[in-house]
Amino acid sequence: MASQGMDIKRRSATTTPSPSVRNSPVQGGGVAKLIDVSQCIGCKACQVACMEWNDLRDEVGHNVGVYDNPADMTENSWTVMRFSEYEKDDGDLEWLIRKDGCMHCEEPGCLTACPSPGAIVQHANGIVDFNQDSCIGCGYCVTGCPFDVPRISKTDKKAYKCNLCVDRVEVGQEPACVKICPTGAISFGSKDDMKHHADERIRDLKSRGYDNAGLYDPDGVGGTHVMYVLHHADKPQLYSGLPKAPKISAIVSLWKGPAKPIGVAAMVLTALVGAAHYIRNRPSEVTKADELAAKHAAELVALQAAELAAEKTAEEERNDQRG
Amino acid sequence: MINEDKEIVRYTANQRLNHWLIALSFVLLAISGLALFHPALFWLSNLLGGGTWTRILHPFIGVVMFVSFFSFALQLWRDNRMTADDRAWLKAVPKVISHQEEGVPEAGRYNGGQKVLFWVLIVLMLGLLVSGVLMWRTYFTFPVELIRWASMLHALFALVLVCAIIVHAYAGIWVKGSVRAMTRGTVTPGWAWKHHRKWYRKKMRDSSLK
Repeated sequence: MASQGMDIKRRSATTTPSPSVRNSPVQGGGVAKLIDVSQCIGCKACQVACMEWNDLRDEVGHNVGVYDNPADMTENSWTVMRFSEYEKDDGDLEWLIRKDGCMHCEEPGCLTACPSPGAIVQHANGIVDFNQDSCIGCGYCVTGCPFDVPRISKTDKKAYKCNLCVDRVEVGQEPACVKICPTGAISFGSKDDMKHHADERIRDLKSRGYDNAGLYDPDGVGGTHVMYVLHHADKPQLYSGLPKAPKISAIVSLWKGPAKPIGVAAMVLTALVGAAHYIRNRPSEVTKADELAAKHAAELVALQAAELAAEKTAEEERNDQRG
Repeated sequence: MINEDKEIVRYTANQRLNHWLIALSFVLLAISGLALFHPALFWLSNLLGGGTWTRILHPFIGVVMFVSFFSFALQLWRDNRMTADDRAWLKAVPKVISHQEEGVPEAGRYNGGQKVLFWVLIVLMLGLLVSGVLMWRTYFTFPVELIRWASMLHALFALVLVCAIIVHAYAGIWVKGSVRAMTRGTVTPGWAWKHHRKWYRKKMRDSSLK
């Protein structure tokens, strides 16, 4: 993948450094999309904008009794509004609407798990992008993601997810969902700016009685380039199961971490020990003496068998005589 | 020196074919699996026609290996039951591999090491099948936490399997006269006497009683 437009910081399944001579320090902590859940009205304009810009058309589904539509993300729906009804302690009903999609982790589990070189890249500005040309469809990205985001296409078996409109960002535009949002619930800019903006929003929410309002930018994945302002930041699970402390699963870290060098070393070592043994100890060969011993043993067995047979015949004869 | 009539049949033609089918599928699986295991080995995916073909074919070859292996193992399991002699033989492995074979217990059709390999392979093959099916996203859908465990264990089982097969292949190379048991199907009486004396005696008794 030519990276004239945007430099690549990390590349899946690649053990050597990415081209980095042009890399200047990224200003403002890279880019970030800030989703202010408290301002979201659940209009799904962002879903539509995403489909329009990326030229995606999902299958027409069925109403499953809730407002979520489609009911889940798919290879054609990279973002989905999730609606959850929450009854507060005082009995008030709250509608917590979360725009679900890729969080663009600073330490992406998908990229860690991906076995195909360059199928997943992380740009210097933090955007995590799937390159379907190199995707082999193994689904390891799904296994690695702590947010359950990537989806494997049923038709081409490639993995798809939100790419933060990398093609728009590259030319200085904001993602399509940001541009369309009618309430200003989604904003886009440098991560530092978005944090400042979030601070203002949180101060406002706190002044309105949301004591636990806060920013969702989980440390477990090194922070994310998609952040939420939540009225109940102490309980992110309320927002359709947003994980409280997401991180790459320890099992995945083991599988894609120490297991790799240790595993390969164990195999190479086993082969080397074998080779060393062969060189130090001559192979185990059958000698003439063995063949002779085998012959004698066989003769002995045959002799014994013959004697046994003779005895048996003799006994039978004696029995016949008596009879 | 060797009288052809005296050669002892160790494996039938079908068993030999089956063995090499297992071996071929193992090699293809090991290479394609390693391609997906360590990025430095991704180039090995070229063997099966690139990364995507590797992803498509690897599980099917796995099914072939599983079926082929278990039809073979079912024929051999009776000869692979562990005895006290086998445990004593295992203790004497350092002697065996350094050519000091006096006092080493006589082996039956299989020695203690081969029997350990047999049962280790049974466990690994089952583990690989189950974990592999859990990871086979094209046809199956399982909870992600289960797939995570499966992925880690699949790699672990495969790694132990590759090491075990390296030992297996090396033993076949080091013990001269073994490879022909799996190519021609026969061994010489001297070979059977040296390595599987108990089995040899039984063979002789059986043939002289005929």
